Amino acid sequence: MTIAKSAPPVQITAPDPPPTPVDTGKGRGRRRQTAAAHAFLAPWLIGLIVITALPMLASLALSFTDYNILSTPRFIGTANFERMLDDPRFWTSAKVTGIYVLVSVPLQLGFALALALILDKGLKGLAIYRSAYYLPSLLGGSVAVAVLWKQIFGYDGLVNQGLETIGIQGSNWLQNPDTALGTLIVLNAWTFGSPMVIFLAGLRQIPEELYEAARVDGAGWSRQFANITIPLLTPIIFFNLILQTIGAFQAFTQAHVVSGGTGGPVDSTLFYTLYIYQQAFVNFDMGYASALAWVLLLVIGLITALHFTLSKYWVFYGD
Amino acid sequence: MSTLTDSTTSTSALAPRHISVSVRRSRLRGALVRHGALTLFGLFMLYPLIWMLVSAFKPSHLVLTDPGIIPTELTLENFRNGWVVGGFPFWVFFGNSLVVAISAIVGNLFSCSLAAFALARLDFRARNIYFAIVLVSVMLPMHAVIIPQYIVFSNLGLVNTFVPLILPKFLATDAFFVFLMVQFIRGIPRTLDEAACIDGAGPFRTFWFVILPLMRPALITTTIFTFIWTWNDFFGQLIYLTDSSVFTVPVALNALVDSQSNQGTGTLLAMSLLSLLPILLFFAFAQKYLIQGIATTGLK
Repeated sequence: MTIAKSAPPVQITAPDPPPTPVDTGKGRGRRRQTAAAHAFLAPWLIGLIVITALPMLASLALSFTDYNILSTPRFIGTANFERMLDDPRFWTSAKVTGIYVLVSVPLQLGFALALALILDKGLKGLAIYRSAYYLPSLLGGSVAVAVLWKQIFGYDGLVNQGLETIGIQGSNWLQNPDTALGTLIVLNAWTFGSPMVIFLAGLRQIPEELYEAARVDGAGWSRQFANITIPLLTPIIFFNLILQTIGAFQAFTQAHVVSGGTGGPVDSTLFYTLYIYQQAFVNFDMGYASALAWVLLLVIGLITALHFTLSKYWVFYGD
Repeated sequence: MSTLTDSTTSTSALAPRHISVSVRRSRLRGALVRHGALTLFGLFMLYPLIWMLVSAFKPSHLVLTDPGIIPTELTLENFRNGWVVGGFPFWVFFGNSLVVAISAIVGNLFSCSLAAFALARLDFRARNIYFAIVLVSVMLPMHAVIIPQYIVFSNLGLVNTFVPLILPKFLATDAFFVFLMVQFIRGIPRTLDEAACIDGAGPFRTFWFVILPLMRPALITTTIFTFIWTWNDFFGQLIYLTDSSVFTVPVALNALVDSQSNQGTGTLLAMSLLSLLPILLFFAFAQKYLIQGIATTGLK
């Protein structure tokens, strides 16, 4: 259900026109197709109801209860939500996730776009570079890479060894509350390959004639870039932005592994999802955890809606 | 190195004959600079992975003292030290991960292709609503449903089994793949369905004999990404698998980190490397299909 960092690129095309029914006996044909369609959709419909919709409602209901899995849920009204307001760790985790999303997503997409632009212009060996830059995206979400990161940024790790050779005294990146989150932001930026591949696919869809026409009209590289490349790429930028923002909100593995599940040092890597995990599966405070989860759902929903609203002002659709 | 020579030949081949030698030379220099920078950047990007590869085979006392990637001594000691976690050898965890991943692949191929065919090709009233639901559920965070799911599976006695990880895949809950397949099917000419219909084929036969064979690239993309996502998945597996006999690779690796006091960096890196091996193999082996998948789904 979550979108991994390495999502294969897909492009959203304009909505399909309703299909012309193959069977021209309109009413009967449609009825037959409706029955067939529901047979095809049966697994999905069951999943939608049993695995998604009902649990969502149950989770909403639980968020108004006190429930520790052993006792029966006890209705406590909005107490869980009021508790959040006074819960310093709730605010800390919201801040940590907020910083992570706001810094790591633009950084990652910036790298992705820059590299896509460099690779796009008829460069030989494109496939090799693309693969090399894409590999971290495939691995970045794994426990193994989080373990690797923990070693790299450890006191005796690769980063400090590298710094030492150029005469800089390294620090204990993961033990220092000021730098621990930064290492995870670097990790996310490192996985820029997946959005880069999507940018490359988008760049290749821009008709070459537009650039030729612009050159004939005397437009230089920068004007071609500002007036052709960027506008025509905005739908892809938007697509990547939505995908990576939602993904960053749900980041969990890296923080869990690097901090040993604590979110430390001093809660500096306490991602919001890690806090939900601690409340639900360490403290078994299912009611409060459900309330936290619903707040996350609402925030992601609001931010996605905001993205779509704002997209009217900067995303260029149409010919 | 080979990329460098490639670029030189291509630049000169592209350059029309009347362009002067100096212009051609400066273009060549530009290409060389660009390739040099891109190669350096690539090495910088991949250096952590190369370091992991080399360190896994280094004696533990050298791992943290020698940042170089040319090993002076090779050993399998690290793999031996990390092989047993919680009383079980690592191949058990590989077996468990493989069972989960393969089941997830079968489940996704089955349920998502059926749903996608109906949404892309059949005419029924709720079609647009259903498709909108698919799009929205792509963005739905799993945290909104995981707690009640856990409570239900736990009451059914299914914690420490693979059922909670596999069952949802047979019910098309990876909406992303439904979406991907719908987009792919829309690119298949409708005349093929119509021909099948004229020959008397109903929706099921059209799906099985016409659409499904043509969906091969989308099915391969789904297989690859389901494998990689399932192999890397941690949250779900961490919650549902608490007994070391059913640990998957990521959960076992996490347990190894937690018991780190007596494990060295070399051991952790060796087991991390081992856990990534299937993905690296998939990456090497499935390159062609990855690119194909990108070309057919991304470049419609």
